[in-house]
Amino acid sequence: MTNYEETMELVSLNDNSRKKYYWKNHLFYIFIYLMAAITILVLVAIIGYILINGIGHINWEFLTSEPRSMGREGGIFSIIIGTLYLTVVAIAVSAPIGVLAAVYFAEYAKESKWVKTIRFGTEVLAGIPSIIFGLFGFTFFVIFLGFRWSILSGGLTLSMMILPTLIRATEEALKTVPQSYREGSLSLGATKWQTIIKVILPSCLSGILTGLILGIGRAVGETAAVMLTAGSALGLPESLMDPARTMSVHLYILASEGLSKEKTFATASLLIILVLLINTIASKVVQRFINKAKA
Amino acid sequence: MNAKIKIENLNLYYGSFQALTDVNMNIYEKKITALIGPSGCGKSTFLRTLNRMNDLIDSVRIKGNVLLDYKDIYAKDYDIIKLRKKVGMVFQKPNPFPKSIYENIVYGPRIHGINDKQKLDEIVERTLKEVALWDEVKDRLKKPAMGLSGGQQQRLCIARCLAVEPEIILMDEPTSALDPVATLRIESLLEELVRKYTIVIVTHNMQQAGRVSDYTSFFLSGRVIETDETDIIFSNPDNKKTEDYITGRFG
Repeated sequence: MTNYEETMELVSLNDNSRKKYYWKNHLFYIFIYLMAAITILVLVAIIGYILINGIGHINWEFLTSEPRSMGREGGIFSIIIGTLYLTVVAIAVSAPIGVLAAVYFAEYAKESKWVKTIRFGTEVLAGIPSIIFGLFGFTFFVIFLGFRWSILSGGLTLSMMILPTLIRATEEALKTVPQSYREGSLSLGATKWQTIIKVILPSCLSGILTGLILGIGRAVGETAAVMLTAGSALGLPESLMDPARTMSVHLYILASEGLSKEKTFATASLLIILVLLINTIASKVVQRFINKAKA
Repeated sequence: MNAKIKIENLNLYYGSFQALTDVNMNIYEKKITALIGPSGCGKSTFLRTLNRMNDLIDSVRIKGNVLLDYKDIYAKDYDIIKLRKKVGMVFQKPNPFPKSIYENIVYGPRIHGINDKQKLDEIVERTLKEVALWDEVKDRLKKPAMGLSGGQQQRLCIARCLAVEPEIILMDEPTSALDPVATLRIESLLEELVRKYTIVIVTHNMQQAGRVSDYTSFFLSGRVIETDETDIIFSNPDNKKTEDYITGRFG
């Protein structure tokens, strides 16, 4: 390696065009290094700025007391609970539907026009702006079905948003299960359904979990669709039919109405920590999944 | 001699391609029948007709009869679950499930309704002893099966197959992914198993067919060229093609 560089240097001293080539190479290296550095810097700057401004205001009282005077004072306890409820409803609805739909696509459906159309539909669904889901949820769940602004309306809307990601992730996970597992199970006299439940799904559980965790991330981060369907009430929700405010919505209102800079950044910090936590868990799970596949 | 399986005029098509043509064969009870022939001659396809594993492929059509204990397994009212319980299969590449050694073996019995812990424990011990794996793994039954060596995994797969108490075991080149030592262990295991089970084995390895089997069928281009006792096939075959293949002139 050093030998090569020394030679290059000698050559470059003698040969003008080689020298040029050498410098071009170096320039390019510096250029891509800069680009990478900028990316990281932006990320660090955003997270750092929020955390520096917010983390000092997160304390026990902030986490456990309810907001007072529109959120200027007090904490975000009811909002944490609202976020939790909404996410649980969204996952509880989308997980069974998503996993079973993926099982249908991966294990039962033959490659027909019909299946291709549905699959295309799911992919389009994943790319639709969330406000469209919000609008649909508002007109369908909130008004037409009369669920009003509630955790139920919000959860159902979020579950529709999560579904495409979840179906996709589960389908990909199912595809990684070797055909030999299916053959082994069927050859022992298992039915197709037993094979799926007892061998195939357990062996790709981590892949499905990853899809779920990404879905949770999307649910936690969503603002517009949630405001339109779950409302933005500050009180502690007591049933599925109560409206609720999630952390993202709270953050949006605090910031747009200029209620309290401290509380805004504290909420933002908590949200970042939550999202980072979810992503860390997701990548850990993925890693385990990969290791298992290698074994 | 009792023909456990009787195959009559079996024809099999993948779409418009005919993979098996007019196969007639008897598979005798508690004997080892070896299927030999060059790659793509239809021997694996034929093996898979015996437990209807070809049903997994949509384009497959089958004509003719496969009589197991005088009953046609392709008849409409034949229970495919019972068929596969009766006719077990061991695959080319060891394919244990990503579960523990114990869970791999009790998978089949549980599916067929055995849930009694003590009974399952007995099955695990009995089958692992039958495949001579018990002493090697008895202290780590709860450990992942993937941690075993290739040869051990294949013996585990045989034990898993035995756990549902089959009468026939189909083996699709069971040693082709194994080293010579592991291969020999499986071969000596076959000699033990044939006392209780009827075995059909596909093999690429002619010495293996010669060593372990009682009967040998030579397949070529989807047809059975010759079936006879292994000694006769290897010493004095009727057909010139069989002789050419066995002496290594082609294939």
